Amino acid sequence: MMSLGIAVVALLVVMLFALIRALAGPKIYDRVLAVNMFGTKTVLLIAVYGFLTERPDFLDLSIFYALINFIGVIAVLKFIERIEEYDEVEEQ
Amino acid sequence: MYLILLGIGLSGFWLLLSGFWSNSLLLFLGLASTLFSLYISWRIRRQYRLYSDWSLILRFPAYLHWLLIEVFKANIAVVKNIWFPRHYPISPTVKRLPMSQKSKLGKTIYANSITLTPGTVSFDIKDDGVLVHAIVEEAIVELMDGEMNQRVSKLEQRK
Amino acid sequence: MVADLLTWIFLLAGSVLGITGAWGLMTFPDFYARVHAVSIADTLCAACFILGLVFQAGWSLVTIKLLIVLTLLWITSPTSSHALVRAAYRAGLRAMTHGNKQSSEVQS
Repeated sequence: MMSLGIAVVALLVVMLFALIRALAGPKIYDRVLAVNMFGTKTVLLIAVYGFLTERPDFLDLSIFYALINFIGVIAVLKFIERIEEYDEVEEQ
Repeated sequence: MYLILLGIGLSGFWLLLSGFWSNSLLLFLGLASTLFSLYISWRIRRQYRLYSDWSLILRFPAYLHWLLIEVFKANIAVVKNIWFPRHYPISPTVKRLPMSQKSKLGKTIYANSITLTPGTVSFDIKDDGVLVHAIVEEAIVELMDGEMNQRVSKLEQRK
Repeated sequence: MVADLLTWIFLLAGSVLGITGAWGLMTFPDFYARVHAVSIADTLCAACFILGLVFQAGWSLVTIKLLIVLTLLWITSPTSSHALVRAAYRAGLRAMTHGNKQSSEVQS
């Protein structure tokens, strides 16, 4: 299927951009934002790839990945908040 | 009542996701996982009681329909901002908006709708105000007209 | 045939929107502005991809799973971007606004 192939390529390009921003991002929040977008695109990529290889079972993986991505982002944010609180205490 | 409805919903969800309808061992395992999830949600509900007005589910599709159209329009606006920054310059604005919802769930739906619409993102909720960042000033003006606010308030009110 | 055509249209629209979001992520000047670019890619782009795949799948369990993926994305993406923006705001990262063009960090 042509259209699925084009979609996979477009998703890979988007993920490349997100990775560049994750490497370049001046603030740590930019990095988390880029990683979040990378995760969402991975969910879509898994789904499209499953259709490309005609194995729709991949959709289970993509549901799973969506959940894990969400939990991961929230966990990283909690972690960052902790570190910053700790730094403030240290400075005082 | 709540637990029964949730149990039916969870069993249906399991059946849809797994697609196994006949293998008895797998069905038994599915029943076990459903019961476990029920126990967890009962424990959560004991501590955080959010809301229990089931008629909200009936009114939700109409709101969702309206929200989808709004999301579509907002997407087009932000796409213009990205590709033609000369003609559609961005003018980021931060403003505190009042919110008229009473319940926690209503506030959550309102703030989530603001964030879901591209171009506006909610960042802090205090008592009855929500702090909103918008990429163009017009988006804030549109939100201040309060159509979304009124619709969410109508959504949460029991008829 | 019609289904294939619709798949083409939706997947192409999704690809264009995704690349738009990525381009916005690269070019916008400020963290809070980039959040909006990502929110395009998370909402309409994801919806277009999933709809395109739905037309490919036809009516089956796969369609329901696709719609579950879409619902999950639409619930989790505003939640995580709200959490992200709130964390940045609490940490004292101030937004670049209309009047002052410099994104300034205020010690809170």
